[in-house]
Amino acid sequence: MNKTKLILIGNGMVGHQFLQSLAESGESARFDVTVFCEEPRLAYDRVHLSEYFAGKSAGDLAMGQPAQYAEWGFRVLLNEKAVAIDRERQVVTSDKGTELPYDRIVLATGSYPFVPPVPGHDREHCLVYRTIEDLEAIKASAANGKTGVVVGGGLLGLEAAKALRDLGLQTHVVEFAPRLMAVQLDDAGGKVLRDKIEELGVQVHTGKNTQQIVDGENAVHRMEFADGESLETDLILFSAGIRPRDELARSAKLEIGERGGIVIDNDCLTSDKNIFAIGECALWCGRIFGLVAPGYSMAKVAVAKLLGEDSQFLGADMSTKLKLMGVDVASIGDAHAHTTGSRSYTYLDEACGVYKKIVVNESGKQLLGAILVGDAEDYGTLLQYALNGIELPEFPDSLILPQRGGDAKPGLGVSALPESAQICSCHDVSKGAICQAIDNGCSDVAGVKGETRAATGCGGCAALLTNVVNHELESRGVAVSTDICEHFPYTRQELYHLVRVDQIKSFDELLHKHGKGKGCDICKPTIGSILASCWNEYVLKKPHVGLQDTNDTYLANMQKDGTYSVVPRVAGGEITPDKLIVLGQVAKKYNLYTKITGGQRVDLFGARLEQLPLIWQELVDAGFETGHAYGKSVRTVKSCVGSTWCRYGVDDSVGLAIDIENRYKGLRAPHKLKFAVSGCTRECAEAQSKDVGIIATENGWNLYLCGNGGMKPRHADLFATDLDRETLIRYIDRFLMFYIKTGDRLQRTSVWMDNLEGGLDYLREVIIEDSLGLGDELEAQMQQIIGTYECEWKKTLEDPEALKRFRPFVNADASDDNVVFVMERDQIRPATAAEKTADKAEPIKLVS
Amino acid sequence: MNTKSNWTPLCGINDLVAGSGVCALVEGRQVALFYLPEDDRVYAIDNHDPIGGANVLSRGIVGSIADEPVVASPLYKQHFSLVDGRCLEDDGIRLSVWQVALDDDVVLMDPTPR
Ligand code: SRM
Ligand SMILES: Cc1cc2nc3c(=O)[nH]c(=O)nc-3n(C[C@H](O)[C@H](O)[C@H](O)COP(=O)(O)OP(=O)(O)OC[C@H]3O[C@@H](n4cnc5c(N)ncnc54)[C@H](O)[C@@H]3O)c2cc1C
Ligand code: SF4
Ligand code: FES
Repeated sequence: MNKTKLILIGNGMVGHQFLQSLAESGESARFDVTVFCEEPRLAYDRVHLSEYFAGKSAGDLAMGQPAQYAEWGFRVLLNEKAVAIDRERQVVTSDKGTELPYDRIVLATGSYPFVPPVPGHDREHCLVYRTIEDLEAIKASAANGKTGVVVGGGLLGLEAAKALRDLGLQTHVVEFAPRLMAVQLDDAGGKVLRDKIEELGVQVHTGKNTQQIVDGENAVHRMEFADGESLETDLILFSAGIRPRDELARSAKLEIGERGGIVIDNDCLTSDKNIFAIGECALWCGRIFGLVAPGYSMAKVAVAKLLGEDSQFLGADMSTKLKLMGVDVASIGDAHAHTTGSRSYTYLDEACGVYKKIVVNESGKQLLGAILVGDAEDYGTLLQYALNGIELPEFPDSLILPQRGGDAKPGLGVSALPESAQICSCHDVSKGAICQAIDNGCSDVAGVKGETRAATGCGGCAALLTNVVNHELESRGVAVSTDICEHFPYTRQELYHLVRVDQIKSFDELLHKHGKGKGCDICKPTIGSILASCWNEYVLKKPHVGLQDTNDTYLANMQKDGTYSVVPRVAGGEITPDKLIVLGQVAKKYNLYTKITGGQRVDLFGARLEQLPLIWQELVDAGFETGHAYGKSVRTVKSCVGSTWCRYGVDDSVGLAIDIENRYKGLRAPHKLKFAVSGCTRECAEAQSKDVGIIATENGWNLYLCGNGGMKPRHADLFATDLDRETLIRYIDRFLMFYIKTGDRLQRTSVWMDNLEGGLDYLREVIIEDSLGLGDELEAQMQQIIGTYECEWKKTLEDPEALKRFRPFVNADASDDNVVFVMERDQIRPATAAEKTADKAEPIKLVS
Repeated sequence: MNTKSNWTPLCGINDLVAGSGVCALVEGRQVALFYLPEDDRVYAIDNHDPIGGANVLSRGIVGSIADEPVVASPLYKQHFSLVDGRCLEDDGIRLSVWQVALDDDVVLMDPTPR
């Protein structure tokens, strides 16, 4: 049989998907496939391009592998661009002079970044953001500059801005429209996003029309705007939209849209029935799709058509959810309420920087669109309402209003979703396909991911996928596992119980009796922590050392460059001048970056592994102890100055804070524990934001429990009032040990209490009324921990075996040459990746 | 041990930490060594974490996932196979892997990665 001669022009993301689908169809032997790939490498993941700056290599981003293509039997002409299609002779010509006959062509030429033709746009250090080569040019250019401007405040522009900022440039975004992400957001959403981004140190200039770019006085360029203002910068990155690469199709006289783009029909065919066009170069119903998912759908349609199967491209949903510089942003459907008769509900929280809007139809029953900025947790649910026309609850605004106690948010039961509901848009996986995977034997989320590829693209659907999978498993009578991991069929609470009851003293013993395999990074630290909470043995003792997270292993917090920080305990935040001087001297001697922490103590950063024992020897000699900043353990007890000095203070908050910190220091728990003591109701120690907060009253102490700051701040609840010191301590002993006994892994006290049936009242019964009869036992267990406390650093310095671990290499007396610092504001900081490659960083001389 | 004549002696077995990692410097390259007594084996992979961009893998927690020995990066917790160096969370990433043998109490390594 004669093979069909098929030529693919363009090996970007969509071209790659086309090849993969063709290969997976099992019918590729019917074709003789040649690929023109203009770039010097096979297809790579452009969606995650920015991660190139975060250390990923071109190899990491690669999608097409030469060996894979060879196995599939496809011929690739790398670095070779198709320059002409002779439709009469059915021949494609390349820039290297290759002439190839064809039967069918697939155009997947993608798009190029649009650069507004302002005078000066082609100056040196004026760049774009599309290919790996572009990124290399940006890196090189950034290494010599201080400031950078991104022209364009859309999706890609903001991503580019993050890249510039991460390269250490002072970054600006210049946008022509009056707001950021004009396509996806409205004014209010744009403003919230702008505030957040400016908080992150990127300056935003909207409503700016660049007129020309000329030589700068203090920087390479000066951008002059129509309103008379100007901005100086060393680097300019254009990200003002994309334009389809239709030049080849144009010269071959295929039908082209008025504003560009190769016109295609539902079969993805161009005006020539032998030629398909897919991806960002294709214009369907007057629209270009600038996202990868619609391109993937087109690729699959083209494959089906080539094989003579039935399939059509019928448009795609352009809803998006992303994290821009850590800020969640999402936009769904008719976000601008263009539909006649539609109405909107909005919610704005300026304090937290959250904006939510939903657009509903005339009858108020269907969701048409939505905008979420600052908190996009509701995206998955809202998208399902919109895509599947699910009827909205009676009060649609309940979907976006925060819940504060009382009414729970009307959940969209995943059971309400039809089989056809698309759960993962990146890989077009429907709920039906997920059920199918489960029926075929997948028994957990990981299995379904592997089988369907759901949640392996942008990851935006992961939460929804988990819900659907768990729901489907439960409805099939499969118990959803609460095991902590594959090695132990138990919850943390059950493991704690086993350790206590069987008096188990090591991980190996527990694994041998109750588990299987080797353990992992989930169960090992959890059990390490349980053992420490129960028996309080030295964490670096041989049987325990392999269980610890790196921070506990080296008794210091690992930083992004592999160096560590040093945080000595400063109980209650009280420190003598002499001790402060020691901290300063040690920091100076070892050239450590020095900062006052949010926990009323001092953090010394940038210590190499091999320096940690030397530094700690000096600190221990001066009377310091470890601060346990590295452990899931008691951190600090913050204090305000209290009655000793403060004219309003009613009791000695500093004294109590110091005693409490010394009492509980070293205690390990499911998560970290923070305390504070304030001397009066003015609450300068912020005790109500702590796991344990204490406030002095005229008649004793008020005790607050289960608060925290952090990711989801929660105020502590008032637990008991006007306590004397002894009762106060007894309650705290019982509280902490009860939490350690029953808490889940990495669960802070706030979430723990919210999950306790009966909540605060139940906790009062257990602790105050001793309803479980556990009181004495909990107190005795706490007393045992207190009685066996020792400073881990002091112990380590006395143990030559333990000290061996602080050698960077077992076979050489050298230091990690990837640790490089530069000076900023008179102190060291880690060099950025760009600074390292540009080699402008001056390695700091080690002092030892 | 003739076939291992070009292998590099790295350290003694006492320099390793059972159930955990240490790092060696071999011809300028940082190699993470993990000693798993239950397998009676030493595994060797790159010490460089390509995701975190720092030389830290020897300081991760070792364990197994579906019976395959792995180390979890101490920075962002991705898992790397000790057998073939692949990243379990990202197919595109694969670290170098070296062969290591124990000759009495000496740890030997084939300097050419597999
Ligand atoms: C140094 C410090 C920031 C500073 O420069 O001020 C800091 C630094 C870190 N914090 Fe923090 N936190 C610091 C005070 C805080 C505070 C404020 C406070 O304690 O008063 C909070 C909010 C209060 C709270 O925890 O409820 C805070 C909430 C967090 C969280 C979020 C916890 C949560 O429940 O949401 C994390 C992440 C975690 O623990 O999982 C975190 C994690 C971290 C880690 C450990 C991140 C990491 O894994 O590398 C940072 C380690 C730095 C280091 O190497 O020492 N840090 N962190 C502060 C150290 C205080 C100290 O002396 O020990
Ligand atoms: C930084 C960045 C972030 C992004 N983030 C997202 C995101 O989060 N979500 C999302 O959905 N999308 C995102 N996108 C868009 C996404 O990358 C594109 O939709 C996708 O790459 C389109 O694929 P394509 O194959 O059509 O085009 P491309 O990937 O551009 O591939 C086209 C290829 O064809 C080659 N070519 C062109 N003409 C010829 C010729 N004549 N001969 C030979 N070869 C030729 C080009 O060199 C190129 O390699 C992002 C894009 C960028 C740049
Ligand atoms: S808030 Fe805490 S965890 Fe986040 S960067 Fe600052 S110190 Fe690190
Ligand atoms: S929607 Fe992107 S991975 Fe599923």
